[in-house]
Amino acid sequence: MKILVCIKQVPDMESKFKVAAEGTWYDNQDLAWRMNEYDEYAVEQAVRLKEQVGDADLTVLSIGSDKVKETMKKALAMGCDRGAHIADDAAWNKEPFQVAGIIAEYARDKGFDVIFTGMQSQDRGSGQVGVLVAEMLELPSVSTIVDFGYEAGTIIAKRELEGGIKAKVKVQAPAVVTCQLGLNTPRYPTLPNIMKAKKKELLSIPVAELLKVNARMETANMFFPEKKGGGLVLEGEAGELADRLISILKDKTTVLK
Amino acid sequence: MKILLIAEYRDGKLLTGYTEQLGFAEKMGAEIVMFLAGSDSALPNYGGKLYLADASSCGEFNPDAHKKMILEVVAKEQPDMVALAHSSYGWDLAPRLAYGMQAAQVSEVVDVQDKLLVVPACNSKLRRSIRCTTGQTVVTLQAGAFKPVELSAAPQVEKVSMTAEGRVIFEGYEAAAAGGVDLTKAEIIVSAGRGIGKPENVAMIAGLAKALGGEYGASRPVVDSAWVEHNRQVGTTGQTVAPKLYVACGISGAIQHLAGMKKSEFVVAINTDKDAPIGEVADVLVVADLMQFVPIFTEKVQAL
Repeated sequence: MKILVCIKQVPDMESKFKVAAEGTWYDNQDLAWRMNEYDEYAVEQAVRLKEQVGDADLTVLSIGSDKVKETMKKALAMGCDRGAHIADDAAWNKEPFQVAGIIAEYARDKGFDVIFTGMQSQDRGSGQVGVLVAEMLELPSVSTIVDFGYEAGTIIAKRELEGGIKAKVKVQAPAVVTCQLGLNTPRYPTLPNIMKAKKKELLSIPVAELLKVNARMETANMFFPEKKGGGLVLEGEAGELADRLISILKDKTTVLK
Repeated sequence: MKILLIAEYRDGKLLTGYTEQLGFAEKMGAEIVMFLAGSDSALPNYGGKLYLADASSCGEFNPDAHKKMILEVVAKEQPDMVALAHSSYGWDLAPRLAYGMQAAQVSEVVDVQDKLLVVPACNSKLRRSIRCTTGQTVVTLQAGAFKPVELSAAPQVEKVSMTAEGRVIFEGYEAAAAGGVDLTKAEIIVSAGRGIGKPENVAMIAGLAKALGGEYGASRPVVDSAWVEHNRQVGTTGQTVAPKLYVACGISGAIQHLAGMKKSEFVVAINTDKDAPIGEVADVLVVADLMQFVPIFTEKVQAL
């Protein structure tokens, strides 16, 4: 069995963001980088599938500058067998259709049985790439899964709907699934596995070899949302803050007697 | 400009999100047509043309079939834009339609400014305005972003020829776990977010809730980590609440969480990150370390 999992390196969302000088994306300086949270679930599920079927080869793919290899090494330490790094210093500026085009072009003739992606990235958040990859490869896809099972070529999954309801679905592999938060509990790589990961194959492929589609949209402008709330910001020592908050709650609400 | 709206139907019911799609179309000043895979016993209140497929035949969830039927409507109507809700149905279907139409897709539109669509980025800390280079576009709309419009007339129904063929087989719904606490009835809710750091600190949040005479809730990451049970989750995939007081502890304020609590009468956020999006809906933002602030605050509330 051949499995592909696609991951993205993103900034920690707690970071203090600045808009870059050209005005269409965030400034990538002084940020802490990590694996897109949704993709951690995708990697974990891909590794579990490999462990379940035994005879499987699991490739992790990521698009970006050399820096994304650090995040790919985490996926290798979690249990992926090999890495396909699509080298692209301008990956930040690729829109979902291009990203999907690159992945589909890479995957086209490789015969992957299951392709895992996160349901969206935390920075761009389009939620399109996984489903588009499937469309481009003419494969079925199931998005937003919170449960995954595999039995003799059939994927049995649950999609998360609104209000805590789930939809049970079944699909024949080959297929693409996009992973929602809470699908599983991603493992922490152990030290021996981190050491082993250093020896695993991590090939770089120039993006120009795989990018065959044009962008269909562009960012005109990136900006901070207007602060609508106009709420009061309290800062200071904890005891004093508590007193101030109590007096505000007494004044503005009816809940403190 | 002409927009094709895709309404939603689930478990035998028409979902009300289409009213926000109507609001969006009105804001765009567009001519409207609508598609629904649903039932003629639950039609949207809208006086225009409705292409209706019978969900009992084509399936409520059947992406291949819905894509095919909608693309036929698109071929006939030639809309400039197809608009769906940014929901589990909409974000699943939109890329399939966009691919079939060779159209750009803009996800989770929150606003329209200077004729450009605006979407969130980086957990809603930032916004982007988008320029599309294709003739047709597909968009998904963030829940709550556009003012609902209810039109009282009945639609002119045109039945569409159906297909039930599809590769993804829908096998039924699984209901949300029932029982336990009902947060929607609580007057005061204190919620724990990822910022509480570890499961042991749930007790601290529960303690503050008790001191205030309320219930405790949690954001998604805390529930996903199994620190708090799912029936206490606030947000689109959990409970939608509107208490008199909502205290968000260490919650950054992802859109999905905000959608579940922004109708609260008074919101207090306690967070070390002054720029966290929760600040947008908070009446008071206390910039503090939870571990220091919550115990002291709890003690002072108890002493009242």
